[in-house]
Amino acid sequence: MIKNYLKIALKVLSRRKFFTFISLFGIGVTLMVLLVATALLDYVFAARTPEVHADRMLGVYRLTMQGPDDTETTQPGYAFLDRWVRPMTKLPSVERIAFVTEAQTAISYLNGRKIESAMRRADGEFWRVLDFDFLEGGPYTAADDEAGRFVAVINETTRERFFGGQPAVGKTIEADGQRFKVVGVVRDVPVLRYASSADLWVPVTTAKTSAYKEEWLGGFYALILARNHADLPQIKAEFQSRLREAEKHLPDPKTFKRLYAGADTLFEGAARLFLPGGRLEENPGARLRAALLALMLGFMLLPTINLVNINLSRILDRASEIGVRRAFGASSRTLVGQFLIENVVLTLIGAAIGLGLALGVLRAFNVSGLIPHTQFQLNFRIFFYGLAIAVFFGLFSGVYPAWRMSKLHPVQALRGRSA
Amino acid sequence: MIHLQQVSKLYRTDRVETTALDNINLEIGKGEFISVMGPSGCGKSTLLNLMGLLDEPSAGSVALDGQAIDRFGDRALSRVRNERIGFIFQQFHLVPDLSVVDNVEIPLLYRRMSNRERRKAALAAIDRVALSSRTHHFPTQLSGGQQQRVAIARAIVGRPGLLLADEPTGNLDSQMGDEIMGILEDLNQKEGTTIVMVTHDPRMADKTHRVVRLFDGRQVQ
Repeated sequence: MIKNYLKIALKVLSRRKFFTFISLFGIGVTLMVLLVATALLDYVFAARTPEVHADRMLGVYRLTMQGPDDTETTQPGYAFLDRWVRPMTKLPSVERIAFVTEAQTAISYLNGRKIESAMRRADGEFWRVLDFDFLEGGPYTAADDEAGRFVAVINETTRERFFGGQPAVGKTIEADGQRFKVVGVVRDVPVLRYASSADLWVPVTTAKTSAYKEEWLGGFYALILARNHADLPQIKAEFQSRLREAEKHLPDPKTFKRLYAGADTLFEGAARLFLPGGRLEENPGARLRAALLALMLGFMLLPTINLVNINLSRILDRASEIGVRRAFGASSRTLVGQFLIENVVLTLIGAAIGLGLALGVLRAFNVSGLIPHTQFQLNFRIFFYGLAIAVFFGLFSGVYPAWRMSKLHPVQALRGRSA
Repeated sequence: MIHLQQVSKLYRTDRVETTALDNINLEIGKGEFISVMGPSGCGKSTLLNLMGLLDEPSAGSVALDGQAIDRFGDRALSRVRNERIGFIFQQFHLVPDLSVVDNVEIPLLYRRMSNRERRKAALAAIDRVALSSRTHHFPTQLSGGQQQRVAIARAIVGRPGLLLADEPTGNLDSQMGDEIMGILEDLNQKEGTTIVMVTHDPRMADKTHRVVRLFDGRQVQ
């Protein structure tokens, strides 16, 4: 039965070549854009080095202090995290917690040449929450951080820039007026990984002043590694309860009354950052997910309408066939199935074209170096998403025409009338 | 086999009401070969559509093998059409995108059977109408008579007890018409298939067991 449907589907497509070309082009370009977007989102949010445990990792990336006249939103400060987040390490569901600063530009001078690097200060736990790919040496430890040792982990780009690609462990690197001994070299991390990427990482305690220890707002992230993915809701709830408690101990209770933050996944963290009003929500991820879905559907609307129109115009072409099928025992439901299969076949061909185009676009992205250290790929997961999108698209654009076709009265259809 | 009791069919539009069939009572026994005659627009095709469950009467009832089908839903009607009725149309209504064998297989697509069984039955039906040499041709590569033979093969492939033929020879020259008529007579005589055939041609009607005549939607014979 399916074979017969496929034969018909391909023949129908070849009947009106121009319309088929327009349809396939529309579907192909639409799916190409969606695949590229999916690849991008996958690159930013999926579990990959160094966030290999992204499925059981939460972060406190944003903190908002709100008062009657003033609201401030930025990264949390060390003092806030130290007092209200670090004790969560004792929870049985939490494996460990790391503190790391946002990446900041550090200036170095090498042979009279100025070099700008993205530098983060991170504690020893940072290297155990995340799983970097070490090319040389290893991470510094919690003991190094506590002792304020001037050690650094650098990425391979930094090794290239400072040491011409030669082994760097044991050598000294100067950044922001401080000198660090290189203990490890890691593979480059794309800048899209906003919680981890940098050119060099040094201990928190090497900061030039200890003022950060008093600040509730500014510069730091906390990364919380849960023991299991299933523990995340409980950790999020615990964080919210601690946040309510923290509100009672605000450093400036006259100016600020409320605190807003979340223990967020990477996706939720981005939502809190980019969605209007996201900073005040307990779970902004759901809204971002809905927004992306709406955007995707909106983007698919135009080619869908085009496809629906073409399909409707084909009803008249196929009236006789529909009449024959009805006469020989096809129920309305069977006909709906047949036309949906045909439409899905069309969209799958479009998807194959879209996949090819997406591969080309991603390759161009990679070659252009537009986003540093990034090598977009179409992996199996993205291919699966693409397939799901194509099938959904096929069903979405096929249901109404299929329903209209199946409702044709057999006698009218055999007379070659569509209504 | 089929029983029509006080069957009427009205077509209504915003302005007019047309009576296509008026109080038809007709009993057709198993194994009969009946022709339906009458001038154009007298309701012959409407009668055939009602017998074939492609349309519903406005009044009266239709029973097939003693079973009233008035309250059957879409799926049940589809199953009855699929298993018990075969259609032959004046315009052949072959699907141009499908080969002869794929066209003949259509009724079997809606039955539970393997591809191999389906193909075997379709080839046998094609052989029955002496078109085995054209199995993989497409309809546009065939003459009118050959196309109608494919349509007959499609109608009989599911071995229905009732064949409804709407002017099966209407688009064919007399020689091809005779060939088609020969196949229908053969099916009726050798396999006991009940056949109801609409025709304008008295020569063809003479070859059937009984003639039902309609005039302005009424049965006059």
